[in-house]
Amino acid sequence: MSGHRTLAAAAALLGAALLGGCAMPTIPSVQPWVKPYERERLADPIMKLSRDALPDKHFEHVRDVREGARGATGFQGGGCGCN
Amino acid sequence: MAATRAAIGLWRRLLTLLGSLLGGLLVVPSARAVDLPEDKGEALIHSYSGGGVKANGPAFLVRKSILDKVSLTGTYYLDAVSNASIDVVTTASPYKETRHEFGLSADYVYRDAQMTFGVMTSHEPDYVANTGSFDVTQEVFGGMTTIAFGFTRASDTVKKHNEPDFHDTADHWQYRLGATQILTPRWLVSANFEALADEGYLASPYRVARVFGAAVPERTPRTRSGRAVKLRLVGDLGNRDAMHLEYRYFRDTWDIKAHTAEIGYSRYFGENWLADSFFRYYSQTHALFYSDNATSETTYISRNRQLSTFNDMGLGGRLSYTVRRVPGRYDVKLNGSYEYTRFKFKDFTDLRNGELYGYASSVIQVYLSATY
Repeated sequence: MSGHRTLAAAAALLGAALLGGCAMPTIPSVQPWVKPYERERLADPIMKLSRDALPDKHFEHVRDVREGARGATGFQGGGCGCN
Repeated sequence: MAATRAAIGLWRRLLTLLGSLLGGLLVVPSARAVDLPEDKGEALIHSYSGGGVKANGPAFLVRKSILDKVSLTGTYYLDAVSNASIDVVTTASPYKETRHEFGLSADYVYRDAQMTFGVMTSHEPDYVANTGSFDVTQEVFGGMTTIAFGFTRASDTVKKHNEPDFHDTADHWQYRLGATQILTPRWLVSANFEALADEGYLASPYRVARVFGAAVPERTPRTRSGRAVKLRLVGDLGNRDAMHLEYRYFRDTWDIKAHTAEIGYSRYFGENWLADSFFRYYSQTHALFYSDNATSETTYISRNRQLSTFNDMGLGGRLSYTVRRVPGRYDVKLNGSYEYTRFKFKDFTDLRNGELYGYASSVIQVYLSATY
């Protein structure tokens, strides 16, 4: 019950602040801390998840048909059931 | 009029607040635009050998951009399979068959977003799979964060050799969401989540289960849904080398729980050589209805070793040699990969000797890749 009251109070405060246009306590805004010119190493092929699509897809296929788990590999899904 | 201005003002304040709450992710402006994937060609010879199964063949990929807005990719993949696996030699006859797979996809970029539409069709004499997919990646936060989401829908037709009356279907849905975050000028982290759902004939018309030692056709549920989450960390180690760490957890409604972990190291040698190495470990628990030899009658029963309790460990590497490079024009590489994997089953026995089954497999790839 007190949780509901706290939530209602927070919502009322937020609504009043928005409608009234008063200054909200500033939430610090996070700026990108790695500048584009500092990303040279990250752009190197050695850092890529997949450099060549076909061989990676082949490894993926070999594992999919032999293991029970699938998914979340970062690659697009395929649809070969291969019974 | 005043009411309209007040409404606009309120809307702006709401957006600003939302932006702040998201840590500035969506409100940091970016003048950058993502590039289309580079034009590329790949020609691969692949070979798999393990557990009595051999599968090999060529595969080709060609990607070409049009008007700097769209990139089209075509792929062809062939698997010539010779199957004398333990299931086949203990309950059926070895066979050979060929699988052809054709794929076509289009990448489209708009400012910081890339959209990919893809279709694929795979044909075996007794199995046809048609797949469509849609993926979006969006750079935000000044290019430091990349958000990706996608959807795949597949529809399969299942047939059986020498039984023209056997016909069934299977449908698949996959929904994925991921984010990659630049941590420092040398380190990246990514998280991917995928929800999978399957419905239809999810068994094999050839495989049999064992109940009280007798062979019976396997009976598998017609629905399955799973969730997978994967974390990946990649770091530049500062000496023209890099490492990666990966972990994936998978769980599904058949009660399979699986862990996958991988560690890898890559390094340049001279101007033209790049070597990669990795170690991968996988383990899973068995499905609820899996049994090596059931001692009671149940609605569902399977002796599919892919649904049993097992683990596998793989050690692999790749060597890439730059044959010719003209910066800004083209680049040709010759590559070779090899992976050795050892499978150990905990509750699947070899019917020929009654011992727990295990086998080793090898994957070999030789391929040429060129950007132009």
